[in-house]
Amino acid sequence: MGKATREAYGEALRELGARFKDIIVLDADLSKSTKTNLFAKEYPNRFFNVGIAEQNLVGTAAGLAAAGKIPFVSTFAIFASGRAFEQIRNSVCYPKLNVKIAATHAGLTVGEDGATHQAIEDISLMRTIPNMTVIVPADATETHQAVTFAAQYKGPVYIRLGRMGAPDVFGGDYEFCHGKAVQLAEGNDLTIIATGMMVATARRAADELTQAGLSARVLNIHTIKPIDVAAIVAAANDTGAIVTCEEHSIIGGLGSAVAEVLVENAPVPLERVGVLDVFGESGTPDALLAKYNLTVADIVRAAKRVVSRKK
Amino acid sequence: MVAQLTPAKLTELNERAQAVRRNIVAMITEAQSGHPGGSLSAADILVTLYFAEMRVDPHSPQDADRDRFVLSKGHAAPVLYATLAEKGFLPHSELLTLRKIDSRLQGHPDMKGIPGVDMSTGSLGQGLSAANGMALAGKIDERDYRVYALLGDGELEEGQNWEAAMFAAHYKLDNLTVFVDNNGLQIDGPVADVMSPLPIPEKWRAFGWNVIEIDGHDYDAIYQAIQTAKTVKGRPTMVVAATVKGKGVCRMENMVDWHGKAPSHEECTLILSEMDD
Repeated sequence: MGKATREAYGEALRELGARFKDIIVLDADLSKSTKTNLFAKEYPNRFFNVGIAEQNLVGTAAGLAAAGKIPFVSTFAIFASGRAFEQIRNSVCYPKLNVKIAATHAGLTVGEDGATHQAIEDISLMRTIPNMTVIVPADATETHQAVTFAAQYKGPVYIRLGRMGAPDVFGGDYEFCHGKAVQLAEGNDLTIIATGMMVATARRAADELTQAGLSARVLNIHTIKPIDVAAIVAAANDTGAIVTCEEHSIIGGLGSAVAEVLVENAPVPLERVGVLDVFGESGTPDALLAKYNLTVADIVRAAKRVVSRKK
Repeated sequence: MVAQLTPAKLTELNERAQAVRRNIVAMITEAQSGHPGGSLSAADILVTLYFAEMRVDPHSPQDADRDRFVLSKGHAAPVLYATLAEKGFLPHSELLTLRKIDSRLQGHPDMKGIPGVDMSTGSLGQGLSAANGMALAGKIDERDYRVYALLGDGELEEGQNWEAAMFAAHYKLDNLTVFVDNNGLQIDGPVADVMSPLPIPEKWRAFGWNVIEIDGHDYDAIYQAIQTAKTVKGRPTMVVAATVKGKGVCRMENMVDWHGKAPSHEECTLILSEMDD
């Protein structure tokens, strides 16, 4: 198991602090969990705790950005995208201010805290806002580069991060390219498109499908918005069937984004692996992934279903 | 007495405010949509800020050292646009495009389009947080600009204000001066009846702010509050300004109906001629 993406975020931020003097970090009483405490320790004069007040967290960041700063704000994804949704929409995205929202503890794998803390709607909420860029890194390496990209990019960015250690997908030579899907395996029978921590699971599923005689292309879509239309259309044309995988509701997230691209450009059978429009519950991350259909076996089943639907 | 406006300045402010008020009425009439009551009540505060105090230059609207103004009660956009036009940020002719398709003058201020608008606002309760961020950036960079914001009294019902109130006091943002346009009315009636935010000064004092209570139509009082706030160290200042909704247009004064209603063209002609008297 590799490092958690939130851990990689904290380390990247600490590193970027030296290069970008205008980076200011804000947190809402969760800095030990979001790992912004690493930055706070190194740059105490550029770190501000706003307390348990997410609306003001985002609004203050908007003001800092309006005055030329590069604010990174962090809290759990449920509070960032939910409690502060309208502040993100009206105070950040409408004026296109240079605010970075790094939301941790996304998805079911928050675990034991249960449904109130499991953001399974945040990709959906964030990608619907004009001017917003949405990035969901798969592992620590990709997170580091995504955060570096966000610091240099001018405009609002939402980065979705996880609590648990994520299996390493990429080596040291990996190069993050904003808005470009990453092909991790070649195949002819179908394409599995995954994001975030499900990328590693998708890869394992592809391996298992090989045993069953199916060859699957695997695409990592780290940038949900703007989405890589060309890569999705090529996958549809080349393989004729798609499975999407995300630790998020099947409504509005990666699966929906891919479906939108497919129906308009290259309609092929699609199966969506994700949380099936239900709330989560308390439990270990693994128990939750198993109960809510986010395992290798779930992807394999979806793959077989989708291939059987091919004309 | 900290400082005083000269008689010449007082005359100027009076004339500027009169021009701003006439433009508010004219532009809302032309749009047949907008919020006259809360625009008129804030006119004297904005005019005093822009013509007696704020360090802003229409030729350099993005100057990093400029003073900032955040109109948190964004529905009072007409008073901001009219004041910015008076100050030279906008051509006066453009005011009549308010709320029309393709205009920069959106129903609520959009900072992307208009020089001199420091923050996009309109969803109530969000401006003070943004003003906090600007004031904090000034502290971090050791710049001497000041940040001003204007809140509505009804707007204080939004919880985000109180998150922001805590923040500004906690981080000792003494470069921040905020006004409450305390006109006593909101859409559904008197603020005291709809959902009372009273007593307003006591609440801000309890949150650690320096609080000044003034008549929001008295230029000297507004100016002195601004000067006093500049001398206060370690605390932000809240100026609770008693105002009259619709101030300056007799038929609109203290009338809740004129919160968000446009005068007819006939009424507008009548109002403008009454204002001449």
